[in-house]
Amino acid sequence: MIKRDLVIVGGGPAGMAAAIAAYENGVKDILLIERDQYLGGILNQCIHTGFGLNYFKETLTGPEYADRFMRKICSIPDIEISLKSFAVRLTGDKTLTYLKPGSLNEVRPKAIIMATGCREKTREMIHIPGTRPAGIFSAGLAQKLINIEGLLPGREVVVIGSGDIGLIMARRFMLEGARVKAIIEIEGKSRGLVRNMVQCVEDFDIPVYFNHKVLEIHGKDRVEKVSVAKVDSKMNKAAGTEFDITCDTVLVSVGLIPENELIEMAGVAIDKKTNSPVSKEVNETSIPGVFVCGNSFKVYDLVDSVTADSELAGKLAAEYLGSVR
Amino acid sequence: MIRNMICIECPKGCALSVDIDNGKVVKVQGAKCPKGAAYAALEVQDPVRTLTATVSSEGLVLRLIPVRTNKPIPKKCILKAMEEIKKVKVKAPVKVGDVIVKDLLGLGVKVVATRDSGAMTRPS
Repeated sequence: MIKRDLVIVGGGPAGMAAAIAAYENGVKDILLIERDQYLGGILNQCIHTGFGLNYFKETLTGPEYADRFMRKICSIPDIEISLKSFAVRLTGDKTLTYLKPGSLNEVRPKAIIMATGCREKTREMIHIPGTRPAGIFSAGLAQKLINIEGLLPGREVVVIGSGDIGLIMARRFMLEGARVKAIIEIEGKSRGLVRNMVQCVEDFDIPVYFNHKVLEIHGKDRVEKVSVAKVDSKMNKAAGTEFDITCDTVLVSVGLIPENELIEMAGVAIDKKTNSPVSKEVNETSIPGVFVCGNSFKVYDLVDSVTADSELAGKLAAEYLGSVR
Repeated sequence: MIRNMICIECPKGCALSVDIDNGKVVKVQGAKCPKGAAYAALEVQDPVRTLTATVSSEGLVLRLIPVRTNKPIPKKCILKAMEEIKKVKVKAPVKVGDVIVKDLLGLGVKVVATRDSGAMTRPS
């Protein structure tokens, strides 16, 4: 059993900002674990611009934003970084178990900050009927395939939902030579930032169907088409408005939910509706010394807000450690 | 003539009302900061966008290097620029900010890397 003052789970923008802030507020014994082989988290696949306008007063791409924090954190020897380290269990006394290639490790810190981010909602969560052919992706998975792996998931795309990742991926598919045939949004307006409706959708003349929903996904081995209809005020299909769109790919971009399985395992109270920890103050949980920051606390629109919130979590953890020492 | 547009300079997305006379912007309303007027002027004359994409690599840790133009380029050149960028193959390690294409389509715009090609490790 390893003992530490502070363990941080997650090496994305939240975990890095929390670690640096904790260090700057006096914590000198920090272990940060990250499951990927790189720091940076989801920013590495967000190659578009628009990050950092609040925090750095300039507009950066995701990898550039991450790079600034990576450089800083790698220059602090008191922060140990353990990559390829996958957290699998957390107990109420803050014992964390994590897997690393070739080893199973246990660490019991005095305080822990969870910076585990969020996950995309899936097709199953919004109950879209139909078959289960190849060609259905969450927008973020398509982003990883295109921007990290160099694979184009399809040629004719329909996007379900108008979240920012879906809009950004619609543009990305167009730039890569695919055709985005429609964005289908059940609400009357976009869920994404209005600037993304301009620079990702209007710039590429992509048709958007507001107040419409996908009734069914068709296809045997591969997606062949989707059936779409207008919805009434109760979100039910308006009779006589059905039409089909042929496509080989469906992207699902219908929102994000905080990832909090580990703290739930430890007995932290979770709001089942939002999947956020129940707490009086930002970043705190029902267990003293267990903090949650960034998108695992609540889903933010901007990474700048994630950084600010996570710096606060680092400071809170430092204050907590000062009080229990 | 009044043209309505959304400023895309920041996530606020101000709704601009742009008064255009003879192809020139004479008045911009609705902008919460000075960037709005500058955006509207360009958007009316010659809209520009910063292009981000990836270039493939050979023999490096990362299969793809993410890149961006160092300045916005005319919107009408974007698909042509993508064709150029797709031809590029990076063979030597690059760092954030390194120039990948010196002059994109003769526009006087550089394409630069936005991520180190190797894994980020603690300097030893």
